[in-house]
Amino acid sequence: MLKVNDALLSARDVTLDINGRLILDHVNLDVRKREIVTVIGPNGAGKSTLIRVMLGLRPLTSGRIERRDNLTVGYVPQSFPHTANVPMNVERLLSLTLKPSAKDMDSALDEVGIAHLKHARVTSLSGGEMQRALLARALLRKPDLLVLDEPVQAVDFIGEMKLYELISSIRKTHGCGILMVSHDLHMVMAESDHVVCLNGHVCCEGGPEKVQADPEFAKLFGPSAARMIAAYAHHHDHDHEPHDHSQHDHPHHHHDHKH
Amino acid sequence: MSILSEPFFQRALIAGLAVALVSGPVGCFIVWRRMAYFGESLAHSGLLGVGLGLLMNFNITLGAVATATVLALLLLTLRRQQGLATDTLLGVLSHTALALGLIVVGLATGAASDHMDILFGDVLTVSTQDVWAVWIGAGLVLLSLSFMWRDLIATSVHEELARAEGVKVERIELAFILLIAVMTAIAMKIVGLLLITALMVIPAATARRLATTPERMAVLAATFSGLSVIGGLLASAFIGGASGPCVVLAASSFFALTLLVPQAS
Repeated sequence: MLKVNDALLSARDVTLDINGRLILDHVNLDVRKREIVTVIGPNGAGKSTLIRVMLGLRPLTSGRIERRDNLTVGYVPQSFPHTANVPMNVERLLSLTLKPSAKDMDSALDEVGIAHLKHARVTSLSGGEMQRALLARALLRKPDLLVLDEPVQAVDFIGEMKLYELISSIRKTHGCGILMVSHDLHMVMAESDHVVCLNGHVCCEGGPEKVQADPEFAKLFGPSAARMIAAYAHHHDHDHEPHDHSQHDHPHHHHDHKH
Repeated sequence: MSILSEPFFQRALIAGLAVALVSGPVGCFIVWRRMAYFGESLAHSGLLGVGLGLLMNFNITLGAVATATVLALLLLTLRRQQGLATDTLLGVLSHTALALGLIVVGLATGAASDHMDILFGDVLTVSTQDVWAVWIGAGLVLLSLSFMWRDLIATSVHEELARAEGVKVERIELAFILLIAVMTAIAMKIVGLLLITALMVIPAATARRLATTPERMAVLAATFSGLSVIGGLLASAFIGGASGPCVVLAASSFFALTLLVPQAS
């Protein structure tokens, strides 16, 4: 099933040791074209670290990162702490390291649904709007691979669903590979092609169904998580109305968003 | 206003305006990058360079640039080892350098002599040669800043994102630190080593409330800085006080005034 040579970006036996603590333990991961790969795992599992290592933002102890030649990566970081200090609007945020044409800028903003916020101050954006702006920013690079670190953090439940739907539609319209980190389980399972369950090492991986059935997954997230996800995935197939979901009692959902 | 026709005052004013032109934009980056304490530490360490320059008979301005640079490099190295928090390291390095500087300056000038002029600025000490040095230094800083402007802004907004998008973050940071060191040296005689950070941070903080783009903030900060230099030097001449505190108080007055204006963003 695994075809190694067509991957956009791969981690090969990636190991990271910080002061004797094994943060990443022989991790292997591939992202291919038109594929959504999601890394899930509890806090401190090394998910964001793995992303940083794969993007070349931090060194690794052993192993290697294989990157297809001339790969363009669009990166959506986890948080955006410093914007409050530099005064700027969304338009400027999108052209910090690029000089996009007005047409490209408008279509990117339109695609993520915030065309009306082009001239809004970055400090006035909500969590979801900020994520959309960052997504538009990444899309402007015309990426072969989109990397998202916790894309729905600081986004409310309804916004979260819409954001996942947007990410899924981007894969279809742009044909890019998507590597995503989340500690959110429900929608990840509905939208991902390949799920990697990480806790320092790769506990289990595969298609969403396979991962949910894996005893390692139940060990990591508890048996109720697997049932809940199955229920969600089923529900999601038939009904896109967000308010229906909020009526369900999802203890893990609330738990996951406290961080 | 006969003071305006005094050559020493004219020299101080011309040099002071060059300092203001640079302290505005550099101060903006210090505010954006939350490096106020860092800038202060570099400035304080400049005193050691001044002392060494006096002791060994070389240019005190270059001495200040040299020690500030050494401190900055030392700090960058120590920070990578991740043992102590950056502000703790700064606290150790900055005060060690300041104490050492006070002793070395004391040795060079004799215990009885005071060095208030270096710490708080003294317009009487600005020579024609200093005016040239300040303008050339200021021109170099502005030129370097304009070359790295986009990358430095991208790095200030989100370092990791900038790095992921191909900005050479380490190189940019190092260059910026060197600019602060040069800035310290050229502002030394006008505002003094102890108050240099104030002339960078206060006008930028004033401009932050009114600006909607980074460029507008930089221009506004330079403007407030220039007005503070003019107002401060005049006040200093009339009351006969040290120029540094007068310039800083002028800057603080502008800041207080803009608190009355609603924030732009």
